[in-house]
Amino acid sequence: MAPADRSGTVDFAAVVLVTVLAVVLPWLLRALQMDFYLSFASRIVVYAIAATSLNLVLGYGGLVSLGHAAFVGLGSYVTAILLVEGVTSGTVHLVTTVAITASMALFIGAISLRTRGVYFIMITLAFAQMLFYLANSVKGYGGDEGLTLRVRSLFAFGIDLKNGLVFYYVALLVLALSLFALARFVPSRLGRAVLALRDDEVRAEALGFPTFRYKLTIFVVAGALAGVAGALSVNLQGYVSPNALHWTQSGTLLVMVILGGVGSVWGGALGALVLLLLQEVLAAYTQYWEFWTGWVLLGVVLFARRGLAGLLFAIRARVAQR
Amino acid sequence: MSALLDVRGLEKRFGGVVATDRVDLQVRAAEIHALIGPNGAGKTTLIAQLSGQFASDRGSITFDGQDITHLAAHERARRGLVRSFQVTRLFKTFSVLENIALAVQAASGSSIGAWRPVRSETALFDRAREMLAALGLSAKRDFGVDQLAHGEQRLLEVGLALAGHPRLLLLDEPMAGMGQQESANMEHLIAGLRTRCAVLLIEHDVDAVFRLADRVSVLVNGRIIASGAPADVRSDARVVAAYLGEAVQ
Repeated sequence: MAPADRSGTVDFAAVVLVTVLAVVLPWLLRALQMDFYLSFASRIVVYAIAATSLNLVLGYGGLVSLGHAAFVGLGSYVTAILLVEGVTSGTVHLVTTVAITASMALFIGAISLRTRGVYFIMITLAFAQMLFYLANSVKGYGGDEGLTLRVRSLFAFGIDLKNGLVFYYVALLVLALSLFALARFVPSRLGRAVLALRDDEVRAEALGFPTFRYKLTIFVVAGALAGVAGALSVNLQGYVSPNALHWTQSGTLLVMVILGGVGSVWGGALGALVLLLLQEVLAAYTQYWEFWTGWVLLGVVLFARRGLAGLLFAIRARVAQR
Repeated sequence: MSALLDVRGLEKRFGGVVATDRVDLQVRAAEIHALIGPNGAGKTTLIAQLSGQFASDRGSITFDGQDITHLAAHERARRGLVRSFQVTRLFKTFSVLENIALAVQAASGSSIGAWRPVRSETALFDRAREMLAALGLSAKRDFGVDQLAHGEQRLLEVGLALAGHPRLLLLDEPMAGMGQQESANMEHLIAGLRTRCAVLLIEHDVDAVFRLADRVSVLVNGRIIASGAPADVRSDARVVAAYLGEAVQ
């Protein structure tokens, strides 16, 4: 007889553990007198949100987008421009950012999702580079120098993102909500339909799934979430430049998702955590840290096809059967 | 009796090559209509045009009295015009039961909901289990699709198309690559469909075709050269010359 499947219990325990760790992290850092790492932790959380949004498109939709950073950068610019123009309301920033990045994703998606494979990669890249050059050429908002902010988004109840601790918890909340929504999405009707079209789009269409509409839906949602990550990012750094939209940023997000686990709920977050930690640690020892992260990525791609999340699943399977 | 599917002057060209040429074809409700012809005659192209994978260059397709010539593939499927594939196309990351459940889901309302798990829709999975039982694949319910034997994969392939209660099923060589016993199973399955939906059947096994079909159309070089009762088509001089040849005589 097969042992009782306790993977659900193991999952629940892991989620509780990670949540508790993330919540008490600021106290932990203070106790260890490593407060300065809090903004680093916030950076990981922001990247985790951006990578999770890419994972929705890449991991579930099977769409390799090389322009995802454009939505992150666009979100940063929308919020930064509002702040520069004297609008301080965080709610206005959030609503405007989501509206504009979602509209841009709708426009770009409606065109690029008609193509497949390498053409899709090239067309998303082309759109992202257009936005990159646009940001470079708008002299009124910093041009190639970028925009520096003196103030940050202000929410109700005196929630000011200028405060590092407040920022960390706001970003953590956004990440938690994104992961929860993704976990609900996967076994839902839309989630199953999207996974089906990832497996075989022609077949999914032939059975009656409007595949283009579903791809566009996840592309828009992912674009909007990336925009929110961008709005958070500019609040964290107090600065945005056209480099935020550059295709190499999209590449970094791709690396995070592949490292963490394509098509795993935790893949984006895990990849952001590990890649940024690797950079931080290796950069302390060598200026050639990219060389070593390259080897790590190579190892993961060759030996753990489902990324680090896949390795964790393998471990879970063992724990659950004990 | 008016036809369920009425095709008029349908054409498809690939560059200079004419794949289907002024095809006229009528399929009646509750009939098994076989489409035969030599390799390269344009049978699979015609199926792709009827199901909406390929846009037609000319001509019209009327299904149940409505012009569907310009509808997308998924819209045709939702109206009950569903195809199966000559080369098996299954969802490889889903189990056998989940494959059928996906097909049932595709045919049942919008799938835009992203909150409630599909597993909670018991009616959907009841229907899927029923379908699996009808295919004789219940024991393989939780298998991955690549753990199935070739014949079982072909059954599942047809099962996907059947799961959503189609009104006209387009079967593209369902018995391709099957052994004798497997072919017999498939033939039995198709014969049983007559009471549930109309079937347009492409098949190379001429004996099976003449056992199953109520009517037969013959496609040669993209053109329908004969269409009618099996006995008439079998003795048609043009058909014998172009396709059946000595195989029947």
